[in-house]
Amino acid sequence: MLTLECPCCGVKAEETELQAGGEAHLKRYGPGSTDEEFDGYMFSRKNPKGVHFERWRHAYGCGKWFLAARCTATLEVFGTYPAQSKEPPADLQAKIRAKRPNWEGYK
Amino acid sequence: MAMKRYSAFAIARQAMSYHLGWERAWGSPQPKKKYDVIIVGAGGHGLATAYYLGKNYGITNVAIIEKGWLGGGNTGRNTTIIRSNYLQDPSAAIYEKARSLYETMSQDLNYNVMFSPRGLLMLGQTEHEVRGYKRTVYANNLQGVETRWIGPDEVKKLVPIINIDGPRYPVLGALYQARGGTARHDAVAWGYARACSAMGMDVIQQCEVTGVKTEGGRVTGVETTKGFIGCDKLGMVVAGHASVLAEQAGFRLPIESLALQAMVSEPIKPCMDVVVMANTVHGYMSQSDKGEMVIGGGTDGFNNYTQRGSFHHIEETVRALIETFPMISRLKQLRQWGGIVDMTGDRSPILSKTPVEGIFVNCGWGTGGFKAIPGSGWAMAELMARGHSPLTEEFSMYRFREGKFIDESVAAGVAH
Repeated sequence: MLTLECPCCGVKAEETELQAGGEAHLKRYGPGSTDEEFDGYMFSRKNPKGVHFERWRHAYGCGKWFLAARCTATLEVFGTYPAQSKEPPADLQAKIRAKRPNWEGYK
Repeated sequence: MAMKRYSAFAIARQAMSYHLGWERAWGSPQPKKKYDVIIVGAGGHGLATAYYLGKNYGITNVAIIEKGWLGGGNTGRNTTIIRSNYLQDPSAAIYEKARSLYETMSQDLNYNVMFSPRGLLMLGQTEHEVRGYKRTVYANNLQGVETRWIGPDEVKKLVPIINIDGPRYPVLGALYQARGGTARHDAVAWGYARACSAMGMDVIQQCEVTGVKTEGGRVTGVETTKGFIGCDKLGMVVAGHASVLAEQAGFRLPIESLALQAMVSEPIKPCMDVVVMANTVHGYMSQSDKGEMVIGGGTDGFNNYTQRGSFHHIEETVRALIETFPMISRLKQLRQWGGIVDMTGDRSPILSKTPVEGIFVNCGWGTGGFKAIPGSGWAMAELMARGHSPLTEEFSMYRFREGKFIDESVAAGVAH
């Protein structure tokens, strides 16, 4: 069972409380962007087998969005952090790098 | 590898020699240096693609490479349902092509795939769903797919164990496809593998692709755990791992990999001889020839490559089905398993050229790939051999950029 700690309310929530929201840190493109950019933002996904950064909502708790780093190959959770983050916190990235030396970075 | 035909006479002949004379159904060759075509993924779709490349286009210098064992991915993990009652024209065309090929597959492959067109019902359990399915029936009639809408009394006649009164979700009728049904999933992979092997193709198992080599925007071969293998054309038919392989070739796909689970109960006496799908409550059920109730549900919500799903999804599926089929409430579940399905944004597959010349991709079948195997292989072979196919035209990976979705997610109202 997947358990994530909500950084907003501090509750360790199990997955029936949570709603998955897909890949995090996508750059949004709107009017004026090229078709490729818009297609990339809307549909193309990294979908990695390994370290994955993703959006989650504490749907049946505080209701707030947050971000999580998780391994899709082992279901290991590296950590969660606020939705307002432009990129994963440095200490979280260091922690992931220590556990996954071959990790190519979050981009 | 020459293929000896299976027949009643062959069984009789073998019986004389204590069945010690049966030959291996397919070879296990070492890879050659180069092939005209390499198909990555020896599941149903990959093997069917190779088979129709040989059968329809005479291309037999083909290798099908597989990181595990053939048919060990989603081909061996599905609920074996076959139907073609889709709403959109391009879907109906390719799924009906597949269903019609299933009708004669055992004869074509000389391998018993136990296709059982036992009839399939998709229950209408809300007014909204009833209207949706009636619309699908009208669409199917225009597409030449034989389906009809039946009332609750006829549903009860076809499925005596069903509870049509509700209380939460009364059965208001069903979308009925009389020639839908099931087939033996492993046999489909095995039959195609045997036929491919007989045409001189190499089915190479335990051989994982670790890199895709390109030169000037053209594919030249693949790096594998058994060394480099060259090719002119590469078909990626790897379902849940499509994104991983595409990454190696340098492009991204509109795919997310999710876990989908299914389970079977202990075997019981025959009690339901049709397939029933209850999409409002997210569950579907049929009875296997062994007597097990085969049950499937919806996908998990998050990206996952582990072939393990979440327990609460099984619970939800079973809870929903118990309401519709009260008699299963005391059945023991025998086995439960998960597979990694490749979901696209519009819940329709991708059969497409890619940004790399010579690489073709067949993926995105999501939760409903088994039913499509022969049609998918037929269309993919045409696409790879001729560069275009009327069946794949609408399923390009670029349809997302163009906004030309084939929106079956709304049509089905559920993962399908």
